[in-house]
Amino acid sequence: MFGAGGGTSSYKEAEETDLLILWGSNARETHPIFFHHVLKGVHRGARLYVIDPRRTGSAQWADTWLGLDVGTDIALANTIAREIIHAGLANETFVDRATTGFAEYRESVEPWTLEHGERITGVPAETIRELAHTYARADRAILCWTLGITEHVTAADNVLALINLGLLTGHVGRYGSGLNPLRGQNNVQGGGDMGAIPDKLPGFQDVENDHAARARFEAAWGVKLPPRRGWHLSQMFEAMERGELRTLYVFGENPAQSEADSKKALEALEGLDFLIAQDILMTRTCAMADVVLPGTASWCEVEGGTVTNSERRVQRMRKALDPPGQARDDHWIIVELARRLGHDWGHPTLEQAWDELRSLSPMHRGMSYERLEELGGIQWPCPSEDHPGSLYLHGRLWSEPVEGRRAPFSVTPWVAPIDELNDEFPIRLTTGRRLDSYNTGVQTNLYSSPLRRGETLDLHPEDAANLGVEPGETVKVSSRRGSIQAPVRLDCNLRPGLAFMTFHFPDEIDVNVLTIDATDPKSGTAEYKATAVQVEKLNGDERQTAGVASGRAGK
Amino acid sequence: MTELPMAPVKPPARLISVTIDGQQVEVPEGSTILDACNQLGIDTPTLCYGDTLAPANACRICVVELEGARTLIPACARKVEPDMVIHTDSERVRHSRKMVIEFLASSVDLSITPVAQDYLRRYDGRPERYGPPAPADPERDHKRTGHHEPPDGQTAATVHSPAKLDNDLYVRDYSKCILCYKCVDACGEQYQNTFAITVAGRGFDARISTEYANPLPESACVYCGNCIAVCPTGALMFRSEHDLRDAAAWDESRQTQTDTICPYCGVGCNLTLHVQDNQIVKVTSPDDHDITRGNLCIKGRFGFQHVNPQPRAPL
Repeated sequence: MFGAGGGTSSYKEAEETDLLILWGSNARETHPIFFHHVLKGVHRGARLYVIDPRRTGSAQWADTWLGLDVGTDIALANTIAREIIHAGLANETFVDRATTGFAEYRESVEPWTLEHGERITGVPAETIRELAHTYARADRAILCWTLGITEHVTAADNVLALINLGLLTGHVGRYGSGLNPLRGQNNVQGGGDMGAIPDKLPGFQDVENDHAARARFEAAWGVKLPPRRGWHLSQMFEAMERGELRTLYVFGENPAQSEADSKKALEALEGLDFLIAQDILMTRTCAMADVVLPGTASWCEVEGGTVTNSERRVQRMRKALDPPGQARDDHWIIVELARRLGHDWGHPTLEQAWDELRSLSPMHRGMSYERLEELGGIQWPCPSEDHPGSLYLHGRLWSEPVEGRRAPFSVTPWVAPIDELNDEFPIRLTTGRRLDSYNTGVQTNLYSSPLRRGETLDLHPEDAANLGVEPGETVKVSSRRGSIQAPVRLDCNLRPGLAFMTFHFPDEIDVNVLTIDATDPKSGTAEYKATAVQVEKLNGDERQTAGVASGRAGK
Repeated sequence: MTELPMAPVKPPARLISVTIDGQQVEVPEGSTILDACNQLGIDTPTLCYGDTLAPANACRICVVELEGARTLIPACARKVEPDMVIHTDSERVRHSRKMVIEFLASSVDLSITPVAQDYLRRYDGRPERYGPPAPADPERDHKRTGHHEPPDGQTAATVHSPAKLDNDLYVRDYSKCILCYKCVDACGEQYQNTFAITVAGRGFDARISTEYANPLPESACVYCGNCIAVCPTGALMFRSEHDLRDAAAWDESRQTQTDTICPYCGVGCNLTLHVQDNQIVKVTSPDDHDITRGNLCIKGRFGFQHVNPQPRAPL
């Protein structure tokens, strides 16, 4: 945030802080070892607030659970902000010296009274007030979020709304106070760090505005770089639909099953002239591809790559197994491909590639392989080889005078989810992960988990009773885009009107047939978390014994 | 340069001076007698001690003699105090340690606890003098307090009971259990906070149990395997290790251990992959890494089948 996309705190700070807020995060199930650190904090006396439409496993550990309506996060954040300001609890010293844009922000949250907030979010005014006061008064406080915040059409604004709260209270840039996105994949942070986002070069250097940085990369690589941002994933799919993007190279991803509105995504993939898939397992996307490049598993079949975790720690992976068959390391495939396309880069080792990165990305400069080994990973920024790495970010906002750019408040207007509830589609479906499974299940469905029970439509017992459906009964679930069949499971931790499904078993039940591909214009994230559905009881003829695999089979 | 973003500096600990076996040593305040022994290079036997867990004081094999104290004291738990005078190899200490390892070895299957054989030799333990071990008791899980039958004197009383193979991920063989409590602590509030297991029963019938001795799939267990990681005797074991041992194919001399990073969520847990014949046979995590302190979740610990050659269809 404020230019560098990474969590500001370290895990161990969660053990020593006074207040933890998990917002749209079920870390107990999705980041279990981070939650160990949270629980150490809780046992030490830290208060825990969990903000989630579902009363999750994480919420069960909370002092207070705020069960907000899906997609009202900005409304809740703005209400909390107004209450903090009106109660005189804003950290005015910090706001004055380290931030910009406060006056405009204050004005923008002014309509968000506790009563208005309660009406929109469904969280009692008194509970919002309590959280606002506790957060503002805490000596140290850490706010963490996950995809409950980012899988919305207002993804970027949702994040900015939470950052605003950190700025308002000064809960950032100090040991035990911070703002942290918990990353969902083992290298989603590293991908961003390495420039796998449309507008950044490695090290979060801007491709459009930072001419000096671009010039450094051009000099190092001996090529002219296009000074324009590229497309993010959703824009690529839009371009495929327009017929503008004709060739796609998919790398360790399974968009045939992971994209929202999968019917539409499959059509887009099928309409391509040429699809290349590089993966370690035969995914549905590989099955559709014209060419499949078998890669090795970077976490155990290759010596030496790095990943970056949610506390910005760069760590090395190592080779433990010989890869099967014709599988080749990803970096070998890339340089071979380049060579055959007329660019001979030789065959640099991963360490040589890393050292090139260090020469171009100041925040990685001090991280030699030797030091990564010795220190058990290093947290960026680490600008030189005598630097120990950074436990937390933005300490500069507390230095006297403030160093660098001041942190901007953002005006974050609340927008309701795109997929509206009405009489025809009265139930809000939200999706997420379960403890033992991972994404489209390509890896996790291959181990035998005693916890696995397959896909279910989780309903509140009250909704099930109203629909006249029993646990285990297969029902039809429809959204404005498609229908699937799934067995019902009752869950008292949902609220009436709220249903939950995962997306771990798309071969049996393709939940993304239902989800909407409305995306956040700023980040390109689809609104997986808010689908309007209807649930219908099936009569005998329609019922199928197993779930229905929707969408077409690969070619 | 800006101040480095580091943790607040704690004041340095006071040094405490103690005498162990006639040697004086200074250790930081808050250290245990075991720490002080380690600093002097005195090899102290331990079974229930684990460096990631609070001392459970259960096995008593680390006891030492403290001048002025009425009883022997556990070195793993007792903090040093100024001017303690400690003896780790007195007749009283040796006798007590011998008793502990002898009773354990007579009643528990310590066949795959390497240090146990070492301790038996060191303290001249002869567990066989209590008679041949009594056979496994299938009813042991359901013993009620007060229903304990005194041993008949022909066989050594044992904790042997049939191994529990009730899921594909790990095996519980409580014939090997010394009741060290480490699994209970790892499952409970020291790490996992799932509380799927605890100690049931009293006295010699005490055993680790799920609620109502239910099979694991019907218990609160979430299969993190953090109990396996701390088990010192192999009572808790990966199914893969158990099956290989059953087939007499488990061979640690042919295994490699490689540290890498978990392929799943973004926490970045360190994994140690134990590999035999190009197959992952066990996964642990380094005790000394800040992120995990030896702990993992079900995916990190068991979710590796997709790279084990057998089920993986080559592309």
